[in-house]
Amino acid sequence: MTPALVVASVSHQFGGVKALDDVSLTVERGSFTALLGVNGAGKSTLFALITRLFDNVTGEIRVCGNDVRRESGPALAQLGIVFQSRALDADLTVAQNLAYHAALHGMAPEAARARTTEVLAQVDLADRRAARVATLSGGQVRRAEIARALMHGPRLLLLDEATVGLDVQSRREVVRLVRALAATEGVGVLWATHLFDEVEPSDPVVLLHMGRVLATGSAAEIAAGEGLAERFLGLTGGAGRDAA
Amino acid sequence: MSLGDLGWRGGLHAFTGIVWREGLRFVRQRERFFSALVRPLVWLFIFAAGFRAVLGLSITPPYATYVLYEVYVTPGLMAMIQLFNGLQSSLSMVYDRETGAMRTLLVSPFPRWFLLGSKLMAGVAVSIIQVYAFLAIAWVWGIRPPVAGLLWVLPALVLSGLMLGSIGLFLSSVIRQMENFAGVMNFLIFPMFFASSALYPLWRLRESSVLLHDIAAANPFTHAVELIRFALYGQFNPLAFVVVLGCTTLFLGAALYAYDPSKGLLGRRGRD
Repeated sequence: MTPALVVASVSHQFGGVKALDDVSLTVERGSFTALLGVNGAGKSTLFALITRLFDNVTGEIRVCGNDVRRESGPALAQLGIVFQSRALDADLTVAQNLAYHAALHGMAPEAARARTTEVLAQVDLADRRAARVATLSGGQVRRAEIARALMHGPRLLLLDEATVGLDVQSRREVVRLVRALAATEGVGVLWATHLFDEVEPSDPVVLLHMGRVLATGSAAEIAAGEGLAERFLGLTGGAGRDAA
Repeated sequence: MSLGDLGWRGGLHAFTGIVWREGLRFVRQRERFFSALVRPLVWLFIFAAGFRAVLGLSITPPYATYVLYEVYVTPGLMAMIQLFNGLQSSLSMVYDRETGAMRTLLVSPFPRWFLLGSKLMAGVAVSIIQVYAFLAIAWVWGIRPPVAGLLWVLPALVLSGLMLGSIGLFLSSVIRQMENFAGVMNFLIFPMFFASSALYPLWRLRESSVLLHDIAAANPFTHAVELIRFALYGQFNPLAFVVVLGCTTLFLGAALYAYDPSKGLLGRRGRD
């Protein structure tokens, strides 16, 4: 089966500063792949390139087999994303935000209403459908954003530091929810984080540091008997000590 | 120029959704509606009343006779609503970009020209509602253009709204931070408004300064005002039409270029 995401030899620079240097990774369908890196590692830049906020100049990015540059429509149609900064309209209700997203994916209003019911049940927010986003808690906002990302039935879900700013309980709920989506819906998940405790030993992991991939493999393989955090500190020369 | 696999039906849903969301935001932000109305009304009720005695107006096309200063200034204030609405749109786009909400729009599978064009049209629709609300109040105040003119002016408002919205869209692509908007106000919006035929006829400007007259004559906003003024009185101003159409094409093209993921400016700066 075609992988949900293939990033092959992608480099990107802003002015003279190299943000990504020959980055390659694969996310299989139904897998929960962790993209681990401290702030400034290049995670958000990589996400911006995958979502075609701007184009990669070198290398290739494929979402479910579609080249993001040349077949951006089909590629973006397969992709759901939760950005690091919150991107719901606080003035609108949860359902209105979801309806707007559905429209941006060409869904008819009737189909969007039915799908809203489904995804809100999935993220356990059915009772908050008519609530204004401004009235939701941090964890609820994140779950609403995940619901929004699922509206059009994507095969690849990107989450950029989706648990930042959440309390421990909300963090656990969000991680559990996303893992369940990967396991039950077959959605490929790329989970960008700097928090090592969100990664399980069997998870595929990509270690990104200063725009370069330092290691790939399962968390257990990379840890090689040490803790994942210790291994990361060893590879990076101590960067991200706070996160670890 | 295709909408890809999602087709025109999907495109229609997307367009409707973008306009609907802009309308919802407009309804939710009542203060935005009132502040958009208060600004031109202050000019109409206070400024125009004060200047009526000072500023004499000879017969100036499209008016067939002498008109009160309030009557003269009304089309300029209609264009002013659209000018500030265009600015408000670009301000909210920069804000959306800073907060991340803009990305919701830009990661849609529809082509970027279509998404930005839809957003532009949504902004124009909102500005036209504001203009008609202003005209209704002006009517009560005694400013009464021909009733048919209220219909004739609609296409002119669409075109001028597109031009001013395109300028706003272009500004939103080149302005990096919200803080820079004060500079835009001081160096672009205010000069654009004051160095135009919105408040005084061009022949009046020539009497005081030929240079200022020439600047105003070259100002695209002057032509938006004249397009609206002539249309409101059932006339067509071909020069204004050509200039407004040309400027719309120019600024929209520049904005689409700046927002294009392969050519634009966003990626070079490392934001979004």
